[in-house]
Amino acid sequence: MSLTNAVPAPSGSAPPSPPPASGTARGPKKRPLLGRNPLGIMFSAPYLVFVMLVFAYPLVYSIWIAFHDFFFTAPGVQVERPFVGLENFVTAFSDPAVIRSFGNVGIFLLINVPLTVVLSLLLATALNKATRARTFLRVSYYVPYVTASVAVVAVWIFLFNGNGLVNQVLGPLAPDPSWLINSTWAMPTIAFFVTWKQLGFYILLYLAALQGVPKELYESASTDGAGAVRSFFSVTVPGVRPATVLVLLVSTVTGANLFTEPYLLTNGGGPNGASASPVLLMYQLGLQQGQPDVASAIGVVLVVLVLGVALLQNRFAGGRD
Amino acid sequence: MDTQRITKSSARHRRYAGAALLTVGALALTACAGGGGDDASTGARGEITIWYSNNESEVAWGKQMVEAWNAENPDEQVTAQEIPAGDSSEEVIGAAITAGNAPCLIYNTAPAAVGQFEKQGGLVNLSDFEDGASFIEERSGATAEQYQNADGDYFQMPWKSNPVVIFYNKDLFAEAGLDPENPKLSTFDEFLETSRTLVEAGVAPNAILPAPTSEFYQSLFDFYPMYAAQSGGTGLLEDGEATFANEDGYAVADFWATMYAEGLSAKEAYQGDSFAEGVAAMASVGPWAVSVYDDVNWGSVPVPTADGIPAEETYTFSDAKNVGLYTACENKETAWDVLKFSTGEEQDGQLLELTGQMPLRTDLQGTYPEYFEANPAYKAFGDQASRTVEVPAGPNTVQMLQTFRDAWSPAVIFGDGDVQDALDEAAVEITDLSAQQ
Repeated sequence: MSLTNAVPAPSGSAPPSPPPASGTARGPKKRPLLGRNPLGIMFSAPYLVFVMLVFAYPLVYSIWIAFHDFFFTAPGVQVERPFVGLENFVTAFSDPAVIRSFGNVGIFLLINVPLTVVLSLLLATALNKATRARTFLRVSYYVPYVTASVAVVAVWIFLFNGNGLVNQVLGPLAPDPSWLINSTWAMPTIAFFVTWKQLGFYILLYLAALQGVPKELYESASTDGAGAVRSFFSVTVPGVRPATVLVLLVSTVTGANLFTEPYLLTNGGGPNGASASPVLLMYQLGLQQGQPDVASAIGVVLVVLVLGVALLQNRFAGGRD
Repeated sequence: MDTQRITKSSARHRRYAGAALLTVGALALTACAGGGGDDASTGARGEITIWYSNNESEVAWGKQMVEAWNAENPDEQVTAQEIPAGDSSEEVIGAAITAGNAPCLIYNTAPAAVGQFEKQGGLVNLSDFEDGASFIEERSGATAEQYQNADGDYFQMPWKSNPVVIFYNKDLFAEAGLDPENPKLSTFDEFLETSRTLVEAGVAPNAILPAPTSEFYQSLFDFYPMYAAQSGGTGLLEDGEATFANEDGYAVADFWATMYAEGLSAKEAYQGDSFAEGVAAMASVGPWAVSVYDDVNWGSVPVPTADGIPAEETYTFSDAKNVGLYTACENKETAWDVLKFSTGEEQDGQLLELTGQMPLRTDLQGTYPEYFEANPAYKAFGDQASRTVEVPAGPNTVQMLQTFRDAWSPAVIFGDGDVQDALDEAAVEITDLSAQQ
């Protein structure tokens, strides 16, 4: 069946092969051009092409842009694009707004990622045990995730603006200025919004992972006298560790790419840049202000930082898995 | 053992393949960067495509203009469509330039973006046409100079303006006990006093509510009209120097800082039309507002200044939209003829009639006396159109405006820092940006 079987194995007992046409001695047997499993390569090729075109090429291109004096031009326009070394990086990181945006997204991740992991695991565990209205609850958690941010943002603005429902409930305890125009509260409000909106997706991941935790482990824990809390920490949490690593990685990567929420919820990263994210600044610099080279420099640093954080997460949360 | 060797060899092979791929990619990119050549030369005739704005009245104008042209020019037909949807027209146009699929003419080119489009090689120099500069200057007079680049060339056809004035809600003014026919809104002090009366009377939560958000263009609707008036028609830049770090700029900034500090203007954006919904008693708008605020009993006055200036001497921001002829166009001679046809006296009259927006041409009221006679609401705008100030030219305009907004927001809107210091620092940065052009 396997195509590799068709290749004769070199063996001393095999009859001597005729000399090659060139007259030189045959060297070690060459591997087939498409490897041992050409069918596998054929099946994976479309996705590889997709990744190369949509991810690898733009990534390499943006790295190239970050080290050159670059701006977008019409096709055929001849301009110099000299290599400028780290100049774009210096320009970007000399701007306090850029430094602040990285700090902002750091605050966002510190709130969003742990909250996402804890809430989605707790809710998934509860949903897994729920016997009534399970489908309704699952759909309820998933609806915000599939709803367009633009639509959901309008609801949050209604809730969190100066005269919004939240402030009316809080009365004198409401912050002044209100949440979305408050330098201290703007970013945490966005983090809570994103956590709530994305929660349904992560709950689904955990629900899938929970189906793989053997029921015998819970029975054994129960036999040994473990209560619900003990079972959760000793059976559930270790049992879904691979899913936890995935949730950590995905929420970190998507969080670091934060754009829509500061763009819509706080009207372009306000107040005074308190909720501006690096990607929002990349958009402003690259598309609005004609500085894609400086925007790319920010993007390259962001990719490196996210990779670093992801590696640390994998190292410390992934264990030996 | 063999398996290990194969695995190592395979891994090495993959690494080499990856490195080779990166190298090829980098070389490809380097090759891309070299580019070819397109000198935006004029010449051919034939079919062309144009884009126009997607608002209802401009679509109506565009359609009748294309019909009129096509009826007379069967061999040089025009195909028109609305500007494709995007976050802003400027981003869509910028992307179209880069992709090489921009149409021949776009009737919604913002002057703030023209410098960037020119730098991208996306715009044709209209001065290269034999009658290019003369046609523009005859039509727009001295106003045309504001739309030249640093070399005195025209990469945009000045088309129409929406001079910014103050609209006020007469019913709310009357409710607050103010004279709706002669509102005291001429000086900053009068404006503040009137605003206090409106808010204290509870007729509207805000006296006026310009968007207090961070977008680069927002200062064109709060600071800039009043600065143009206060300074007697000075732009943001003059001879490469930022002009606003002076008494005129400080006066305007202090006025707005007081509006925000006293709660006469909210620091939070309103998700809707604050003037139409009675959330604000006043608004800074252009003539487009006449048809939009049909249900509001409105009046209009020029923007205020520190000491009050007669209406016939008051300058303001133009809020112009122009026409660009794009280098992707193959039939540039036809495009230029269509551009002249669509900005001629007849089509300008149609534009006025159908949209209420002011064609950027000299003696507007003298050219279309019947229109202003029949539509007295537009008279003030017609008069104001001859005294407007434009954004600075050049590729860094958006960056300059964003720099200004970033300085304005904390100091003026949120009261965080000294207003004069903020303007001084912004002026230094903007002068630097001007020098980089």
